[in-house]
Amino acid sequence: MSAENGISRRAALVKLGMFLNGIVGAALAVPIVRYLLSPVIREKKIGYDSWLSLGGLEQFPAGQTRLATYRNPVVNSWDGETGDIACWVRNVDDQTFQVFAINCAHLGCPVRWFAQSNLFMCPCHGGAYYQDGSRASGPPERGLFQYRYKVEGGRLLIKAGEMPTPGQPVANKAGGKTTCS
Amino acid sequence: MLLMQKVGEWFDLRLQLGRPIRETAEHPVPRETASWFYVFGSAALTCFLLQIVTGILLALIYVPSAGEAWNSLQTLNHGISLGWFIRALHGWGSNFMVAIVLIHMAQVFLFGAYKFPRELTWIVGVLLLLVTLGMAFTGQVLRFDQDAYWGLGIGASIASRVPVIGPWAVNLMLGGPIIAGATLSRFFALHVFVVPGLLIAFVGVHLLMVLKLGINEWPMPGRIVRRATYLQEYRELTHKQGIPFVPEAVWKDIFFSGFILVAIAVCAVHFGPFGPSGQPDPTIIQTAPRPDFFFLWLYALLSFLPPSAETPILLIGPAVGIIVLLALPFVAGEGEKSWKRRPIAVLTILLVAVGLGTLTHLAEHTPWSPVMDAWSSQPIPAEFLHGRTALERHGALVFQVKQCHNCHSLDDRGGQRGPALDSVALRLTEDQLIRQVIQGGGNMPGYGKNLSPAETTALVAFLETLHPANQKPARNASQTVALGASEVSPR
Repeated sequence: MSAENGISRRAALVKLGMFLNGIVGAALAVPIVRYLLSPVIREKKIGYDSWLSLGGLEQFPAGQTRLATYRNPVVNSWDGETGDIACWVRNVDDQTFQVFAINCAHLGCPVRWFAQSNLFMCPCHGGAYYQDGSRASGPPERGLFQYRYKVEGGRLLIKAGEMPTPGQPVANKAGGKTTCS
Repeated sequence: MLLMQKVGEWFDLRLQLGRPIRETAEHPVPRETASWFYVFGSAALTCFLLQIVTGILLALIYVPSAGEAWNSLQTLNHGISLGWFIRALHGWGSNFMVAIVLIHMAQVFLFGAYKFPRELTWIVGVLLLLVTLGMAFTGQVLRFDQDAYWGLGIGASIASRVPVIGPWAVNLMLGGPIIAGATLSRFFALHVFVVPGLLIAFVGVHLLMVLKLGINEWPMPGRIVRRATYLQEYRELTHKQGIPFVPEAVWKDIFFSGFILVAIAVCAVHFGPFGPSGQPDPTIIQTAPRPDFFFLWLYALLSFLPPSAETPILLIGPAVGIIVLLALPFVAGEGEKSWKRRPIAVLTILLVAVGLGTLTHLAEHTPWSPVMDAWSSQPIPAEFLHGRTALERHGALVFQVKQCHNCHSLDDRGGQRGPALDSVALRLTEDQLIRQVIQGGGNMPGYGKNLSPAETTALVAFLETLHPANQKPARNASQTVALGASEVSPR
C-alpha cells in the first residue's frame, strides 16, 4: 500500500489501467478507421466500372452530337435522380464515336453543346471546347474527359462509374489534346 | 415572491452555482470597453444560438436522403405552416453569422486584441472562423438542389488536384465514386454533428479565455503592450477604474443582439428562404450553378486565375492564409495596439475588404461567362444594319447564327467574355480580322473549321463596318504601298 519504492500500488494500477485502455482504444481504432476509409479502400464492387448501354445507334446520327444519359452502375435505392448521369455522344462517321463526360475539365460544371458554332461551352467560368473535345479557350487546362466506348449489337456501350475530375485521369487516357496559342 | 426565493435557495444549496454565476456576471471590465465596438462577439454567439434552434426545427422535417431531400425542402417551404419562415431564418441567420464573425475579427484585429496574453484567444477565433465557413458550405450542400449538386462537383474537382492523394480525397469527400446518397449523408453528419460539436467546443474555450484573461482594454495610442508589465497594468485598469460587466456593459450587447435578431427576421420575412433551385438531377444541364454569397469571391477568383497558376494558388493559398492568421499573435504579440498608429493593419483590412467586395461584385455579374442565349434572344441593333450591303448583312447573320454574340457585345448587348465589337474595325485591319476569326487566339476559339470561306468573307465584311461614322477603319499602310493605292479598294 505505501509508496516505499517511490510508486504506490494504486498509482501503478492507474498506469496499468490506462495502458490497457490504450490497447483497447487502438484495437477499436482499426475497424473505425477502416470504416471511415471505406469509400477509398473499397474493393472493386461487381458492376463498378462496367459497360453501360447508352441506347441504340439510331439515336446518334452521323456527324451530330447528342445528349445521352445512363444509370450509374453502383447505386443505392436512396440515391434518387443523382444516379442518372448525362454525357455527350459525338458520332464522327458512323464508325468512330466520341463520348464526352458532361463535366467541364476545369471544375466539373455541366458543359452545353452548341451545334451552330460547333462548340461546347461551360456556364460557370466560360470554358469552351471544340467539337472533338479539345480545349478551345477559357480556364480549362485540358480537353473534355472521354469515356471508353464500344459498339455491340447495334448499341453504344461506354465504360463508366466514376465522376471524372481534373486530378483523376482514370476513365480517359484518350483525353482531348490542347491546342496551341 | 417568498416562495420563489425559497425554491431558488433549495436549488442553490444543491447546485451551488449562484455565487460563481454572480461573480462572473459582475466581474470588472475596463470602463471604455462598455462600447458599441465591443458587441460583435456576443452578436455572433446569438446568431449561433438562433442557428441551433432553427436547425433543430428544420431537422424535424428534413430528410437527409439524396432521393428525398429536395422534396422535403418543398414540403418545408409549402406544406408546413411557417416552414418557409424557419428555413428563411436559418438561411439568413447563416449569412448574418458569417458577416458578424468577419466584422468581429476585423474589429479585434484593429484593436490589437490578439496581442499578449490573448494569443490563444485569437487562434481559437481563427479556428471558429474556419468552422463557421465549414458550417456555411456544408449547409449549402444540405439545400440539395442543382447549385448544391454542381457545387459538390466543384469541391470534388478542387480536391482532386491535391498531389498524390487527390483521387482518394475525392472518394472520401463524396463517399463513393459519384455525387449521390452517400455524399448527402456525410455532409448531413458533418453539418449536424461534427462541425457544430467543434463549434460548441471552440466557443466554450474562446469564452472561457475572455473571462479568465479579461476583455481587451480600449487601445490608447502610445500605450505599449509589454510581456513584463501588461498583466499588472491591466489589473490596475480593471480594479481601480473598472465597472461591473453586468449591468454597466452588458446592456449594449443585449440591445445589439436583439437588433440583429430583428434584422434576420425582417430579412427572412421580406426576402424569404433560399431556394431550393431546380431538382438535383444531373441530367438537367440547362443550369448555371453558383455558390452562396460568401463563396462568390472564390467563384470569381477561379475564373480569373491563369490556368497554369490555378492549382498551386488554389491549394497553397488557403494554407498560407491560415498560417498567416495563426502566426499573427506570435509575430506581433507586443507593441502598439491602437489602429491609429498601425497604418499597415488598417491598409490590410481595407485591401482585403475591397478585394473581397470587388470579386463578389464580379461574381454577381459573371462577365467571364458566355451569355448562352444571346445569339437567339438579343438581335443586332438596327443602326448596325442600316445602309449596309447584302454581303455585310449576311455577315451580321453569320455573327448571330455562329453565336459570336454570346461572347461579344454590340451596343452593350450580348456577352462580355470577349471584347465589345462596336468599334473593332478601328483596332484590327481586314487581314487581322480574318486571321482572328479563323485561328482564334487570345482566349478565343478558332472558327476556321466551322465557317465556310463565304461565311468568313461575309462576317469580316460586317465587322469592317463596325466603326464610328467619323473615323476610318484600320488599314494596313504597307499593303497600300506595296500594291499601289489604286488596287486596295476602301470599304
